[in-house]
Amino acid sequence: MAEAAALTWRQYRLERRMFWRNPSAAFFNFFLPLLFLALFGAIFGGNQQNLDVIVPGIAGMAIMSTTFSALAMNITFLREQGVLKRMRGTPLPTGAYLGGIAANAVTNATIQITLVIVAGRLFFNIGWPKDWPELVVFVVTGVVCLASLGVAWSHVIPNFDAAPAYVNIVFLPTIFISGVFYDVDNIPPFLRDIAQALPLTHIIDGLSGALVTGRGLQDNMSALGVILVWTVAGIVLAIRGFSWESRRDA
Amino acid sequence: MSSAAPAILVRDLHKRYGDHHAVRGLDFEVAPGEVFGLLGPNGAGKTTTVEILEGYRTRTSGIVSVLGHDPQQRSRELRERMGIVLQSTGMYRHIAVREAIAHWARFYPRPRDVDEVVDLAGLREKADAYARTLSGGQLRRLDFALALVGDPELIFLDEPTTGFDPAARRAAWDVIRSLQDLGKTVLLTTHYLDEAQALCDRVAIVKEGRFVAEGPPASLGAGSTRYRVTWRDEDGALQTRETDDPTALLHQLTSAALARGERLRDLSVTRPTLEDVYLELTAEAVAAGDETAAEAEEATAGG
Repeated sequence: MAEAAALTWRQYRLERRMFWRNPSAAFFNFFLPLLFLALFGAIFGGNQQNLDVIVPGIAGMAIMSTTFSALAMNITFLREQGVLKRMRGTPLPTGAYLGGIAANAVTNATIQITLVIVAGRLFFNIGWPKDWPELVVFVVTGVVCLASLGVAWSHVIPNFDAAPAYVNIVFLPTIFISGVFYDVDNIPPFLRDIAQALPLTHIIDGLSGALVTGRGLQDNMSALGVILVWTVAGIVLAIRGFSWESRRDA
Repeated sequence: MSSAAPAILVRDLHKRYGDHHAVRGLDFEVAPGEVFGLLGPNGAGKTTTVEILEGYRTRTSGIVSVLGHDPQQRSRELRERMGIVLQSTGMYRHIAVREAIAHWARFYPRPRDVDEVVDLAGLREKADAYARTLSGGQLRRLDFALALVGDPELIFLDEPTTGFDPAARRAAWDVIRSLQDLGKTVLLTTHYLDEAQALCDRVAIVKEGRFVAEGPPASLGAGSTRYRVTWRDEDGALQTRETDDPTALLHQLTSAALARGERLRDLSVTRPTLEDVYLELTAEAVAAGDETAAEAEEATAGG
């Protein structure tokens, strides 16, 4: 057990080094949400109501990009490159390897959420989070949910060249209808219904309660329920479809 | 066959992919310390067989034992005792050579010294270079290094030198020979006849999922009972005849030449080489003119 933990830690540290050595990926990971925050902050400047929407919205988007998008891309890359297959032939336990990869994504999510919260405090007059336990609950469930869905989505992606298109066809529409940039109450009902069925809307609702409105966990139980249903589906699909070999080999 | 328990034992191995019967009843053993080669055109079932032994694929039927384990069970102990060089495989783009070898070393209970493995693979000058900057040959040597750093008893090499220039191939052969000297068991697949001849204690020629010949490389050629006798006849035409016993034919030829008072020109008596055996055994594929044939020709040209 201690040995498995040590191997997971070593794998995690390797993944962190690999992440920082790919500057363009690191750039988009950390800069894009902050850029969005700055742009929308300027656009909505002075309108606190809009700023109250954008900060938890960007926080939700940050979770999705660091877990769903990053893992769908990363797992596809590792699979198609043959790194997964190579690892499979070593004594490194599967849990230690995939745990290291997942922990890497979770670290990026945590860093981004922290950056967004600090920016909200410093520049957008949001203050510090109102409900820390609620923040932890929605960040943790949001990360697990979208990470497992990202791994599951990688099974659909046929090759690495196609990965950005496959990721964006999910990511971009989802952030537009889930209330990242504006209050979802203002969008057409059929889009709102779709958004209500997706997990990101509910993650943002929870983050909004924790960061802005102070609307507590007990008032967001249905949101948590939707997230958990998606999480279970994501984990089942991530495990069932998992392939260690590139599509051309299989 | 050695009296010790075989490192690899395969009995009546079959593998089907749907309608495709890729492996059709293989039987073989590899003794500890032996270098065993699977030789054959692409699509013959070599890689499928090796990947079953490595634990990547399940078999349809038959018995397989690798170092006393069923590889299908994927036990960690077995993976600690074997090293794998896959036919094609990738690497983290931004990992440095020495960093990768050191990281891999920790997967194993008794790894070799990292710098020693860097040197063994001939990568000292590239020790701090990222994988993405390496040439194909250098990446292949990194594959070797990662397979050897755990000091495995058994090493699988699936087409280890495909794409190497001649000098790099010789260097790789030296590494494989050094494994042999250390008493390691090696199972390698190759297209190249000279590679099989240079490295293997025994080879099996695989065609369409079956062994069509098996034995030490020299015996596959020389063990054949046939001789090829060529000479120039009295009209100056080159004649060739194959025979199981050249004694009578040679007597007849030399007597006739002496009787005519002429020299017997361009006389040669040869035994088939491994290449002849290989070409003959895989000839149907060539005649069929399919992809397999092209691969066989390519292998011969490369050999």
